[in-house]
Amino acid sequence: MNAETTSRQPILAIEHVAVHFGGLIAISDMNFHVGEGELVSLIGPNGAGKTTAFNVITGFLKPTKGRVTFRGTSLNGLKPHEVTSLGLVRTFQRTSVFDKITVFENVLIGLHRRTAASLFGTLMSLPKERNAEAALREQAWEILKLVGIDHQADELGGSLPYGDQRLLGVALALAADPSALLLDEPVSGMNASETARFVSLLNKLRAKGKTILLVEHDMPMVMGVSDRIVVLNYGRIIANGTPSEIQNDPEVIQAYLGQGVKHA
Amino acid sequence: MKRFLPYIAVAFFASVPLWLQDQYFLHTLVVSGIFMLAAMSLNLLLGYTGQLSLGHVAFFGIGAYVSALTSLGFSVSIFGFQITHEPWPPVVGVILGTLVAGICGYLIGKLAFRVRGAYFVIVSISFAEVVRLVALNWVELTNGPLALPGIPPLTIGFEWTGYATLWGKAQNYYVVLVAIIIAYVIIKRLVYSPFGRAMIALRENETLAMSVGISVTKYLVLAAIFAGAMAGTAGGLYAHYIQIIDPMVFMFLNTVTMVIMVITGGKGTLAGPLVGGLIFGLAPVVLRSYVGPELQWILYGLLMILIVFVLPDGIVPAIERWFGRSSGNADDQRPLTLETSKAPQS
Ligand SMILES: Nc1ncnc2c1ncn2[C@@H]1O[C@H](COP(=O)(O)OP(=O)(O)OP(=O)(O)O)[C@@H](O)[C@H]1O
Ligand SMILES: [Mg+2]
Repeated sequence: MNAETTSRQPILAIEHVAVHFGGLIAISDMNFHVGEGELVSLIGPNGAGKTTAFNVITGFLKPTKGRVTFRGTSLNGLKPHEVTSLGLVRTFQRTSVFDKITVFENVLIGLHRRTAASLFGTLMSLPKERNAEAALREQAWEILKLVGIDHQADELGGSLPYGDQRLLGVALALAADPSALLLDEPVSGMNASETARFVSLLNKLRAKGKTILLVEHDMPMVMGVSDRIVVLNYGRIIANGTPSEIQNDPEVIQAYLGQGVKHA
Repeated sequence: MKRFLPYIAVAFFASVPLWLQDQYFLHTLVVSGIFMLAAMSLNLLLGYTGQLSLGHVAFFGIGAYVSALTSLGFSVSIFGFQITHEPWPPVVGVILGTLVAGICGYLIGKLAFRVRGAYFVIVSISFAEVVRLVALNWVELTNGPLALPGIPPLTIGFEWTGYATLWGKAQNYYVVLVAIIIAYVIIKRLVYSPFGRAMIALRENETLAMSVGISVTKYLVLAAIFAGAMAGTAGGLYAHYIQIIDPMVFMFLNTVTMVIMVITGGKGTLAGPLVGGLIFGLAPVVLRSYVGPELQWILYGLLMILIVFVLPDGIVPAIERWFGRSSGNADDQRPLTLETSKAPQS
C-alpha cells in the first residue's frame, strides 16, 4: 500500500476494520484516513465493499473487527443518528428520499439537527419557536438553491426525475449540517451535463471547507475531483494515492482489467 | 375555506345542545366524543409514527381507574403497609389519570420500541391484557368484576367561586368538546413542528430519517407519551360521566373501535379521527332506529369494509383530494404532506 499522501490533519480514521457476512469477507483489515477539507474517493469494482465501508463508518453496520474514529471520537457502538450528530453524514447508493413528502419538506426534515425548538415552546406556540421555524424555512431554501432544485420545492420527492432525486438525497444530507460528507455513487444515472453540474456543486462544498469521502464509478469524474483515491478490491485496499499515482498503479489496472471498468 | 372549517365545526357542535331535544342522542354524542378523543391519541401513534398500538384501550382504562380511585378514595394493604387515600376532587383525578397513562406510555414505548413492527403490536396487546387482569383480580383496590360504582361527576370551580357539579348531559358534552379542542390544538402544534416532522420521517423511511440525525426511540417514545396521556384523559372523562367502571373497559373491542375510527376517517390527518369517530360513534344509534340489533352490527361491519375498500386512505384525504381537484389547488392533492414551501419567498 502506498504511503498516505495527505499532509492535512486527519479527521476520519478507519483502522483495521473487517466485516464478515457469515463466511463472506466483505472487508478485510481496512486502514485509511481522510484529512480535514480533503476530497477522498473510495473506488473499486462492484462488490468490493465500498457501501459496506460506508455502513460501518455511519453506524448502520457493526464491524467484525477494528474501529472508526471521527475527530477523536470512537464511533464504535454509536447509532446512526449519533454519528450524524457528530457532523458525519452520508447519502445512500440506492436513491433514498421521502417519496410522499414535498421536496421542501424533505429538506425541512433534513434540517432536524439544526432546530432549536423546545417541546414546551412548541406546544405553547411561543414566538421563539415560530421564529426558529421561519429561520429553518430560510435555510431550506438556501440548500435547495445550492443544490439547484429550488424550482421543484412543491413537487413530491418521489415524483422528481431520477437525477433530481439523487440531488435531493444530497440536499437532505447537507441539511443535516455535515462537516464531513459521505457520498455513495451520487452521479450514477446522471447524464453528462447533470454530472458536470454535480461536480460544480462538489467544488462549492469544498470551498466551504467540507470534507468529502466519495464512492463513484465514474472514473473521469473521480480523477478530476479527488485529492486522493483509495482503491478497494475484494474487501482489501490495494492502492492509496493521488489520481495520477492511481492511474499508473499496476495492481489497480490489473483489478479493473480483470473486472472491466464500469462507466456511468 | 379550509382554514375556517375547524371554527365552523366548533360553532356548529357548540350549538348542538341548544336545539337537540333527544337526550339519548346527546348521550351518544358525549360517549362518541370521548372515544374520538381516544382515537385522536391513537392517531398520533398509528397515523403519524406508523406504529400500531392494539392495546390502546389500556391507557384509556388506566386513566379511567386512576381518576375514579382518586376521586372515590381507597384503602389497600401492600406488603403489610396499609395505604389509605382520602377522596380528592374529580378534576384532580382526571389530571392524575392523564399523568399516569402518559407515564405508562413512556414505559411501554421504552420497552417496545427497541424492536418495532409486529413486536410493538404484541407488546401493546399484552400490556392491555396485563392491566385488565390487574383490574379484575386486585379486588381490594378495584372491586374486581363487581365494578367501581358511584364515581362522582366532574365538578368545576374554585374555592372562592364555589363548585358546580356537572350532572347534566349537556354540561358533560361541553367538557368533552373543550377537551377535544385542546387535544386538537396540541396535536396540530406537535405534528407541524420539528417534533412531528421527525415522527413522520420515521414513518416514511426510518433509515433515511436516522441518517439525518433523527433518534428513533426518542420520537416514538415521545409520541407514545402523548398518545398514552390523551387516552388517559379520555378514560378519566369517561369514568366521571358514566360514573361506574369495571374491567370490561379494557375489552379489545374498545381498541378496535378506536382503530376503526382512525383508519376510516384517515390516519395521519388531523380531522380523520373526528370524522371517523362521528360516523362510527353515531352509526349504532342511527341504525338502531331502522333495523334490529343483529342486523345493526352487520351493517356496522359492512359500512367499515365499504369505506376501507372505496377510500383506502380514509374519508378526510379523499375529501381533500376531491376539493383539491375541483378547485385546481395543487396543495390539497397530497394527503400525506403537511405543508408547502409558501412561507418565506426570497
Ligand atoms: N447485508 C449483507 N449481507 C450479506 N452480504 C452482504 C451484505 N451487504 C453486502 N454484502 C456483500 O458484501 C460485498 C460488498 O458489498 P458492497 O455493497 O459493500 O459492495 P460495493 O463496493 O458497494 O459494490 P457496488 O459498487 O456494486 O455498490 C458483496 O459481495 C455483497 O454481496
Ligand atoms: Mg455500493
